Amino acid sequence: MSALVIAEHNNITLEPTTLNTITAAKQLDEDIHILIAGHMIYQIADIATKIDSVTKVLLADNIIYAHGLAEPLSSLITEIGHNYHAILASATTHSKNVLPRVAALFDVAQISDVSNIISNDTFIRQIYTGKALEILKSKDNIKIITVRSSSFKEAKNTGGHAIIETVSNKNYSLCSSFLSRQINKSRRPELITSKIIISGGRGIGSIENFKLLEVVADKLGAAVGATRAAVDSGFATTDMQIGQSGKIVSPELYIAVAISGAPQHIAGISDSKIIVAINKDKDAPIISIADYFIVGDLYQILPELVTELNK
Amino acid sequence: MKVLVAVKPVIDCDVKFLIKEDNSRINFNNLKFIINPFDENAIEEAVRLKEAGKVSEIIVVSIGPSQSKNIIFTALAFGADRGIFIVNEDTKLQPLAIAKLLKIIAIRELPAMIIAGKQSIDDNLGQTGQMLSALLGWSQGTFVSKLIINSTNVEVIREIDNGLETIVLSLPTVITVDLRINKPRYASLSNIIKAKKKPIDILSSIDLCNDISPHLITLKIEELKRHKFGINLANVTELIDKLKIKVI
Ligand SMILES: Cc1cc2nc3c(=O)[nH]c(=O)nc-3n(C[C@H](O)[C@H](O)[C@H](O)COP(=O)(O)OP(=O)(O)OC[C@H]3O[C@@H](n4cnc5c(N)ncnc54)[C@H](O)[C@@H]3O)c2cc1C
Ligand SMILES: Cc1cc2nc3c(=O)[nH]c(=O)nc-3n(C[C@H](O)[C@H](O)[C@H](O)COP(=O)(O)OP(=O)(O)OC[C@H]3O[C@@H](n4cnc5c(N)ncnc54)[C@H](O)[C@@H]3O)c2cc1C
Repeated sequence: MSALVIAEHNNITLEPTTLNTITAAKQLDEDIHILIAGHMIYQIADIATKIDSVTKVLLADNIIYAHGLAEPLSSLITEIGHNYHAILASATTHSKNVLPRVAALFDVAQISDVSNIISNDTFIRQIYTGKALEILKSKDNIKIITVRSSSFKEAKNTGGHAIIETVSNKNYSLCSSFLSRQINKSRRPELITSKIIISGGRGIGSIENFKLLEVVADKLGAAVGATRAAVDSGFATTDMQIGQSGKIVSPELYIAVAISGAPQHIAGISDSKIIVAINKDKDAPIISIADYFIVGDLYQILPELVTELNK
Repeated sequence: MKVLVAVKPVIDCDVKFLIKEDNSRINFNNLKFIINPFDENAIEEAVRLKEAGKVSEIIVVSIGPSQSKNIIFTALAFGADRGIFIVNEDTKLQPLAIAKLLKIIAIRELPAMIIAGKQSIDDNLGQTGQMLSALLGWSQGTFVSKLIINSTNVEVIREIDNGLETIVLSLPTVITVDLRINKPRYASLSNIIKAKKKPIDILSSIDLCNDISPHLITLKIEELKRHKFGINLANVTELIDKLKIKVI
């Protein structure tokens, strides 16, 4: 039996997190298949055949998969999934939407947000807003797994020689339909894979000040993140939210500007290698998890940072 | 339209109290339960829809140990009409089991819509709504920050990784909500008094379903120590010097 990876894509390009998931799958099996379900996706299928360790590309090309709606996609995965002992996807909103359905249809548990694979049935994940690790064992014969991308390296996208097989879905119901999508296009790196992130909190105070973060980000080649409070204040968009109910990140360098460090925010950043806090309050909780901190006013510090980086 | 809201009892306290000496999970004896924050938004949304005349009845359902029953009263005080409390003294209910129990209630009550939270603050799995939708064969809208009821369907805006998505769901449907969907109200004193008179059905998990045993076994829980003694830097120049050595 092999392991199946569910590819994430926008019908044109493959999301890089799919490559991290392949690395996780390699720890479970040597024979890895990848499912690409979408519409007009031949280009991606071709790219996928070259990924290291992938032996088979399952191609489901149908308009019903074009927008990744959960109901048809989960019944497709359930129909083809019987042949696998593990089905993996990255822990993105896309698979969090789809995979629990697959698990329920197989009558098995889903193992969410896995950061370490110990053996074929034993996994590690973080619980309690990242304050504890849970080592758990699955009793199911099919393991449905979402993978924390930042915990696994990207697989090489060269060297593979997979064959392509087309698959389709016999039973599905169309009980939902796609209307529109508003994509917040950013020329900066993706938050979940970025090496450097600079984030702003409610203390930033205005959209204009938030723009200063963007200037610094561009100097550093960084992605820009935000707290829930900053998003709710209208300084940043929802897709920029980091934390327990937003994105989980693990950059080499995380710069937290005017962020207090609530446990729900820390839950999303605690795997960062180096945390830098800039805060006017020396007792802010973020200071207690920072490697470096500057106590001071962002109105003074951010412009200085821009000047220094310009040198 | 009848709406079922799933509310989860959670414990909001320091992790030290959640892990036992032998690295297993705590017993929930003597701890105070609150409503999972996302589920407060779920109740609020149902109440607003009722106030707008779109919803006729709100039923809250919760599964938990007997000492978590207080959260049903809280939900009723927020404006739900009646409650169903499924007592489960064995603490190891996993999302699939919760979804199976909720499915049984859904089939009994036949609501047009079930609203749940997008995740819970303790285990943070965010699976229950999706599993329930799949088991029922109903449509699904997850991570919802806006919900509009039309005559024959529901339109939802979902928060996705790179922006927002609007989809249309035919009824019946299962929705999971984000905190941004609304701002829950405080229960007024008169509503708290009224809640005491509202009907609550008390059922037992074992009587409802014999297939709720855990599929995942916790072998060990380890507390992660995050505290660092960071270096206080005087200015930006010092910061850049440090970072030059380390990363940039
Ligand atoms: C169920 C639930 C889920 C949640 N999920 C998330 C989540 O996913 N992500 C998340 O981030 N939050 C989440 N939260 C919210 C979280 O609890 C905090 O409210 C939030 O993180 C606070 O954001 P903040 O640090 O930006 O704001 P605040 O806590 O208001 O902190 C602002 C900081 O800015 C500093 N400051 C102000 N002015 C200046 C200045 N001029 N110069 C320098 N420093 C300044 C202040 O000293 C303060 O430390 C969640 C909450 C709940 C209940
Ligand atoms: C490996 C493992 C070990 C566990 N061990 C324990 C343990 O020792 N003790 C223990 O008490 N629990 C244990 N649990 C159960 C766990 O605490 C949760 O109750 C369960 O996993 C539900 O998942 P969640 O809270 O992440 O739900 P989510 O899927 O995140 O919840 C989403 C929504 O589903 C609905 N919902 C979820 N649960 C309920 C409910 N009970 N009643 C009504 N609606 C609900 C709510 O609307 C909620 O907002 C364990 C779970 C796992 C996976």
